[in-house]
Amino acid sequence: MADVTMTVWRGDSSGGAFTDYVMPAVEGEVVLDVIHRIQAGPAPDLACRWNCKAGKCGSCSAEINGRPHLMCMTRVDELPPGEPIVVAPMRTFPILRDLVTDVSFNYTMARQVPPLAPRKADAPDGTFRMMQVDVERGQEFRKCIECFMCQDVCHVIRDHEENKARFAGPRLFIRYMELESHPLDTNDRRELLRQRMGLGMCNITKCCTEVCPEHIKITDNAIIPLKERVVDASYDPVAWLGRKILRRSKRPAAEVALDAPAFAAPTPADGAATPAASTGSRS
Amino acid sequence: MPDYESHDFDVIVIGAGGAGLRAAIEAKERGLRTALVCKSLLGKAHTVMAEGGAAAAMGNVWPEDNWKVHFRDTMRGGKMLNNWRMAQLHAQEAPDRIYELERWGALFDRTADGRILQRDFGGHRFARLAHVGDRTGLELIRTLQQRAVAVGIEVFMECKVLRLLKDAEGRVSAAVGYWRPSGEFVIFTAKAFVLATGSIGKSWQYTSNSWESTGDGHAMAAWVGADMIDMEFVQFHPTGMVWPLSVRGILVTEGVRGDGGVLRNSEGKRFMFDYIPPMFAAETADTEDEADRWYDDHINNRRPPELLPRDEVARSINSEVKGGRGSPHGGVFLDIASRRSAEYIRRRLPSMYHQFKELAGVDITAVPMEVGPTCHYAMGGIRVDADTEATTVPGLFAVGEVSGGMHGANRLGGNSLSDLLVFGRRAGVAASDFADGRGGAPTVGDSEVATVIAEAKAPLERDDGESPYDLQHDLQETMQNLVGIIRTESELTSALDELDKLEERCAAVAVSGPRTYNPGWNLATDLPAMLTVSRLVAKGAIVRRESRGGHTRDDYPSPDAELGTVNLVQRIRPDGEYTLDPEPLLEMPAELRALFEEESH
Repeated sequence: MADVTMTVWRGDSSGGAFTDYVMPAVEGEVVLDVIHRIQAGPAPDLACRWNCKAGKCGSCSAEINGRPHLMCMTRVDELPPGEPIVVAPMRTFPILRDLVTDVSFNYTMARQVPPLAPRKADAPDGTFRMMQVDVERGQEFRKCIECFMCQDVCHVIRDHEENKARFAGPRLFIRYMELESHPLDTNDRRELLRQRMGLGMCNITKCCTEVCPEHIKITDNAIIPLKERVVDASYDPVAWLGRKILRRSKRPAAEVALDAPAFAAPTPADGAATPAASTGSRS
Repeated sequence: MPDYESHDFDVIVIGAGGAGLRAAIEAKERGLRTALVCKSLLGKAHTVMAEGGAAAAMGNVWPEDNWKVHFRDTMRGGKMLNNWRMAQLHAQEAPDRIYELERWGALFDRTADGRILQRDFGGHRFARLAHVGDRTGLELIRTLQQRAVAVGIEVFMECKVLRLLKDAEGRVSAAVGYWRPSGEFVIFTAKAFVLATGSIGKSWQYTSNSWESTGDGHAMAAWVGADMIDMEFVQFHPTGMVWPLSVRGILVTEGVRGDGGVLRNSEGKRFMFDYIPPMFAAETADTEDEADRWYDDHINNRRPPELLPRDEVARSINSEVKGGRGSPHGGVFLDIASRRSAEYIRRRLPSMYHQFKELAGVDITAVPMEVGPTCHYAMGGIRVDADTEATTVPGLFAVGEVSGGMHGANRLGGNSLSDLLVFGRRAGVAASDFADGRGGAPTVGDSEVATVIAEAKAPLERDDGESPYDLQHDLQETMQNLVGIIRTESELTSALDELDKLEERCAAVAVSGPRTYNPGWNLATDLPAMLTVSRLVAKGAIVRRESRGGHTRDDYPSPDAELGTVNLVQRIRPDGEYTLDPEPLLEMPAELRALFEEESH
């Protein structure tokens, strides 16, 4: 078989450049296999993340020919033959080294999600009854493997470091929707989403949905329904009247956020500091 | 000023798969200063790969099920070498641990009346596995990860631990490691340490395990003198992918067979009917008709032979391939396409469907898969006390795959996820109690720390030497060829010779580049553990001159009555010498023994 040329971005937060590696082609390989052969040969220190090599852990996300993919699920023979395969790190996150980026932004936002607050048990033995049809909605979102490619392509934070402090991003929006639609949950996170998680900043371009390796309908099944719920909470006259009659008003976001564990509740620092903005140049 | 940072906690858990997460949650909820240290990002540990489900006798599908049946299945699957007390606790407590996950947000598949649905798996008499399609491990790790975040555990991600250090009284007091992103060194001191580092599979060529499964915890415990038990028992999962070569070894869930899939050879024959061992004959169907009726009626029919325990199925596949009746790429055929509707297959086995479609170009709803055995799981490991997961070294606890005893000579599918939960919680309790009772601040010797750091840096300081990748490749080839699924004395002995040579070469490995996120260097620091663990496996395999469970000897093809009464205990002495002693099994109380005396079901 012919050779395969892989053009890989090498560098760190101070900058870097693309380097060509010409490797013999091997039948049936995925991009990650070629990266591994480069490591075992010409570049033992080429940095990349990977774990399961079967599309289940979401570690090996990278931009292949300009588009985010899992390297372990991208077959070399499905890319244009005879052309170099360009592999670059995800652009939205600060570079650590080569193909490895600092994805801590996602973990920071995850810490601010107020956790599940389950209702009382349904049966005397402490167990719950949930119908399959009711769990399937949440199950769609729980398929998420946290590859963060949806975050990578999101216009709100790609090339807009300044938005990260007030925008949870598609990965976290499906987590919020999962909790909102969870049959056992009693928490209300709508004001938090509106005021602090930047739900309104999403303009529904569906880029996130297009790159999801789990084929989760992020925009249609999570972001749009969340937007509708948040609007309902704020402007629905019936709900407004109901709140008046019941003398309840929506809790402020800061108060809702207190349902998040104390150490993880948003602090002034979360609002002010942006994650290290050393994205490095990619010539 | 030392050139490393330090952190102090009450309890440090090393490894953030299901076992480590569950242990850390327990310690944190008990109010201890708890941290979790893991080699990868949080949520990426190998638990995420578990597919089929978590075994727990909840009786939601078959009310006849209970912990005694589960206990009996587990012991028989383990060929009676299991620590009976672990098997008992596991069977008794697994249902509570599953329901607890549900309170923390897990969304399992449901029965028609809204309970947790349970699926059939090999060696389990009743449908017993709580599951979410074929991505149960992801559900489990995500639920525990989110719980860990909710209770506020500090997580040190992408941090590799190199060595454990003891204080003057012989208690484990510190762990030395480095941050993979920066390459900077770090010391964790604590009153109690829990090892939850998972598997050893990366020492073999074809494995379902990820790069992380280098036996770090096994080796670190052995290096501080902990007892290691039954290291010769390594499970080769019967169904790994075999083609294309680049995906060889990737797991194909047992759920395919639990949901109706059957194994066929190149002649189209369901060959498993030819391999029913006497121990399981009474409960295994001997005609295809009976086997097929069983899926709907477990009471009046016996189980299909495709659902025999994994060791039996893996050996049978091996024999078919050796006998020239294999598939084109050296496996056998796993056929669910001709037996279930495409819609059913896509609903029950979505990730298998995608895995084959995308990696092999195979539509499993239309044609059979090609599968063969793959190195999957270490039954052996660190010897622990059943109730507390305490190792034989004070201050050190071990849980999950890194511990030994629970699964005996062979683990049943589905018993791993429940093992993580049951003993993860117990280790968290016991480590907390130990930390509470340990007076004074843990101390650590600076010179010992310096030695560990110097050893770790050495490969970067050599100007030329061998690539760690070449060494890893040769180790994998050695273990695959000489300490694989079928073993003989002469090959095992030459494996030890090879390991001697590899050990010498390891001392001269050189890597280039900086310490920051350098996978070549990271691999160089994994190699010492891989070599130690490989040696323990080979040494145990030589002395166990019988075939039992995951250990098959060509030169001793039958079980040996005497060896069936002992565990093989290995230790590394302070002078580096390995010792091995057979020790009698723990004695099972009469009321549990009685469960095995009614031999028909």
